[in-house]
Amino acid sequence: MSDLTKLTIAAARDGLAKGDFSSRELTAAHITAMTASKPLNAYITETPEQAVDAATASDARRAKGEAGKLEGIPLAIKDLFCTKGVLTTAASHILDGFTPHYESTVTANLWGAGAVMLGKVNLDEFAMGSSNETSYYGNVVNPWRRDGDESALVPGGSSGGSASAVASFSAMGATGTDTGGSIRQPASFTGIVGMKPTYGRCSRWGVVAFASSLDQPGPMARTVRDIAIMLESMAGFDAKDSTSVNMPVPNFENALTGDIKGLRIGIPKEYRIDGLSDEIDALWQKGIDWLKDAGAEIVDISLPHTKYALPAYYIIAPAEASSNLARYDGVRFGLRVEGKDLNDMYASTRAEGFGDEVKRRLLIGTYALSAGYYDAYYLKAQKVRARIAEDFRQAYLNVDAILTPTAPSAAFGFGEKGDDPLEMYLNDVFTVPASLAGLPGISVPAGLSKEGLPLGLQLLGKPFDEETVFRVAGVLEEAAGFTAKPTDWWRG
Amino acid sequence: MSLDKATVAKVANLARIKIEEKDLEPMAAELNNILGWVEQLGEVDTDNVEPMTSVAEMRLRWRADEVTDGGYVEDVVANAPGGEDGYFAVPKVIE
Amino acid sequence: MGMIIQGATGDWEVVIGLEVHAQVTTKSKLFSGASAEYGADPNSQVSFVDAAMPGMLPVINEMAVEQAVRTGLGLNAKINKFSVFDRKNYFYADLPQGYQISQFLQPIVGEGKIIIDLKDGETREIGITRLHLEQDAGKSLHDQHPSQTFVDLNRSGVPLMEIVSEPDMRSPEEAAAYVKKLRSIVRYLGTCDGNMEEGSMRADVNVSVRKPGEAYGTRCEMKNINSVRFMQQAIIYEANRQVDILEAGGTVDQETRLYDPDKGETRSMRSKEEAHDYRYFPDPDLLPLEFDDAFIKRISETLPELPDDKKARFISELGLSAYDAGVLVTEKEVADYFEAVAEGRDAKLAANWVIGELFGNLNRTGKDLSESPVGANALGELIDLIKDGIISNRIAKEVFEEMFDTGKAAGNIVEEKGLKQVSDTGAIEAAIDAVIAANPDKVAEYRGGKDKLFGFFMGQVMKATQGKANPGVVTQILKPKLDQ
Repeated sequence: MSDLTKLTIAAARDGLAKGDFSSRELTAAHITAMTASKPLNAYITETPEQAVDAATASDARRAKGEAGKLEGIPLAIKDLFCTKGVLTTAASHILDGFTPHYESTVTANLWGAGAVMLGKVNLDEFAMGSSNETSYYGNVVNPWRRDGDESALVPGGSSGGSASAVASFSAMGATGTDTGGSIRQPASFTGIVGMKPTYGRCSRWGVVAFASSLDQPGPMARTVRDIAIMLESMAGFDAKDSTSVNMPVPNFENALTGDIKGLRIGIPKEYRIDGLSDEIDALWQKGIDWLKDAGAEIVDISLPHTKYALPAYYIIAPAEASSNLARYDGVRFGLRVEGKDLNDMYASTRAEGFGDEVKRRLLIGTYALSAGYYDAYYLKAQKVRARIAEDFRQAYLNVDAILTPTAPSAAFGFGEKGDDPLEMYLNDVFTVPASLAGLPGISVPAGLSKEGLPLGLQLLGKPFDEETVFRVAGVLEEAAGFTAKPTDWWRG
Repeated sequence: MSLDKATVAKVANLARIKIEEKDLEPMAAELNNILGWVEQLGEVDTDNVEPMTSVAEMRLRWRADEVTDGGYVEDVVANAPGGEDGYFAVPKVIE
Repeated sequence: MGMIIQGATGDWEVVIGLEVHAQVTTKSKLFSGASAEYGADPNSQVSFVDAAMPGMLPVINEMAVEQAVRTGLGLNAKINKFSVFDRKNYFYADLPQGYQISQFLQPIVGEGKIIIDLKDGETREIGITRLHLEQDAGKSLHDQHPSQTFVDLNRSGVPLMEIVSEPDMRSPEEAAAYVKKLRSIVRYLGTCDGNMEEGSMRADVNVSVRKPGEAYGTRCEMKNINSVRFMQQAIIYEANRQVDILEAGGTVDQETRLYDPDKGETRSMRSKEEAHDYRYFPDPDLLPLEFDDAFIKRISETLPELPDDKKARFISELGLSAYDAGVLVTEKEVADYFEAVAEGRDAKLAANWVIGELFGNLNRTGKDLSESPVGANALGELIDLIKDGIISNRIAKEVFEEMFDTGKAAGNIVEEKGLKQVSDTGAIEAAIDAVIAANPDKVAEYRGGKDKLFGFFMGQVMKATQGKANPGVVTQILKPKLDQ
């Protein structure tokens, strides 16, 4: 039997359906790959026994003719999703030993569709980071290396463990969450596909909150089709989430028609930022040409407030986080550091439990909401956000989707952007605007950098029009013909 | 607007994060670096713009008034680092 | 009448404003499906949402919204069709989220008013500033363990209405009347059970003093007072404390103070003295709360007659005195009972029986109206017996005691004990003749002009007939005989 880990979800689905192999076999191959991928540190918690049990149960269901849409497919789950009976950490020391007695809606949906959990994957602490260097459980390593260079690179973040697991073939797909680019940027850094759906498409219930008005779960996998398959099972209305939108979930796979003739694709001039590298710029131009060749109409558009998206985001997200993370106080779960009184216990627990980047953002957020500064920071940022959303609304009167680069660079080395947080924040420059507007976005691998690292292009769509995004993404993927794979150096 | 050491200490207290005296100054510098960069938001004309607190263009859904949850004290306190008899426990609070 | 404190430098006026927290009557919590009932085992009525477990999200209870609107309508207040839930951020052991979901800038109910009833039928209008919905916190127990505080989250997330008054009250009596009236209104509406012992209603009391006509002074807030008596004591103590400070040339610090009913004094709550900065912002897990006019209309159509309207009707339509009407409308159950008794009968007589005999016997036995052995129909039957001349008023009182003690019907008691009133003129005339014959000197005095003695003869005749003689008939026959 050939290496089952190299299959796409779509191919595995067909193989399972035909009886070419069982979910037990497919899962076993991935458990082997997961074990071998330890040098990448993608997983925080591996659950191989549960995976085997789930695969066995899946095979039994299939035998009874009760196969779900993801029946028997082994997946990795970002350790921000609460999983019943399985340690859930948010990659933070402060959630030490936390084992939820409930299952997030999105993962419950996946299990309901027959998927198998391999384990919980690493991330930036509380999803705050763009390089996976802030995890309490250590850095995640990108399976990709620069040509002729053995130095380790970051996988991007915050869904870095998800990206690394999928790119290293130790999971067929993974859940991610995207607050300002946390699915799309690591997808770009690791040569895989990642989608942030429209805000409200996937339930946030049971997902450890970072910034409530921005957080959105989404799928990460190796092809656009796989993403479409996964999203269909993850998405759906959830009465337990007041921001979940009650809309039917389309068959996203059906959107992959390969035909984009007559679609209008917007190219925002403001994304041509100062200092954008020539190779990113060139790749973007290639993308434009591919879509044009496929019959789309290319339209130059303007999103005038683009440059203000990052600073607005770095007020809004920390402000919400400062409140969302107040519940980590050492009382009901997780780490407790004793103190001389209640407040001392709180302050000591939170000082030891949170890492530097989380602390930095909690302080910024607390300050932005505090008396005398609320109007100047938080309120101002929310008004700027309204203008950014309005920019998109105007643009979508004239175009069906928008094409941009996903990230301003390829994956970089550890510590290369360590000193100045602002330099790190700039990673999200192309992903944050759509997050602020709640729009769907996908990153598709489109080429390699001069150093041999993957680069992604981003497609953005109208609210709840993931189908058009998938349709264009399918064409882009086809045209790019990205087949490069990292060498499996980590297997030693 | 620039944060001084005392403001950082005040904010850290509000956020209940203990910061050593020696770390206040460097933290103030880090935060000022970020806040300085955020100042550019002032360039955006936001007169008559309503703040956007949610992107979901829908009405708040209401739940029927039924008892559908609770009744599982063991699950609620299972992860607690302190407590007994179904209670959570914290260091004694003197009011 | 306002409370005036006479100081060395002149008179001081007391200014009081109240923030009343009233538990909204619902089955489940404001943002979770856990039970909102009082008094369960610790943490047994707690969902993962109420315990603020990671990833948990709030979903609003429609009944809480409806009840808030209903209360707003009952307070003649402006209903806001668009309101916003904010997070009030602070750390405390019984606040699991680290924030309370409340309404800050845009509450569900705006300005309204309450008419309070004072002594001698006097009334005053007190302004309502606003009413908003918010979550209750859990409960800290400080006396269960030598070094630890225990936390029970059963109350965490229970829906509360915070009803804020204008600083319109000028005496402890007015504050008490305000709380009583507010309690009466929410109980009529069925939006809060008003049970202060169980904490379903508690008040934060703001007190300041000033020289009459001057600007408001600095106020102090006394939190979580759960008895009207304690509230009055706290106001008196606190107002005098502030006057003492000001007269000694000091200044009052704006602060939160705790009223200690055992010591009868207020003291500064230093633990809460740290500068609070609640960092309110709209809760991003929720959208603004919106409803339309049809929703408000539907609720207003189900609004019961409220105490003020009922009182006015009792006075104008039933001819009751303002005092009697006021007493009867305070509790809806009493008003309903009274109306059932008065239905088709003499309302004043019914009011006298309810306020006099019924209340008297309830007080005597320490019972609630709901536990009364005499129902409204039974009392009505008794009144009918009086009206029909079957028993006298005096006998009726005896019969009522018997009814109250045994639960028997009035008719049965009258029958069993042979208490039927005698209207037989022959028998009555014989009794009268006997009385006149036995008291020749009194008869002479009466005929000499001592009219007051008529009562004496009435009494003697009634005594002779064991009270069963119809007093009307007795008068009819006795009068001409004496006047002969």
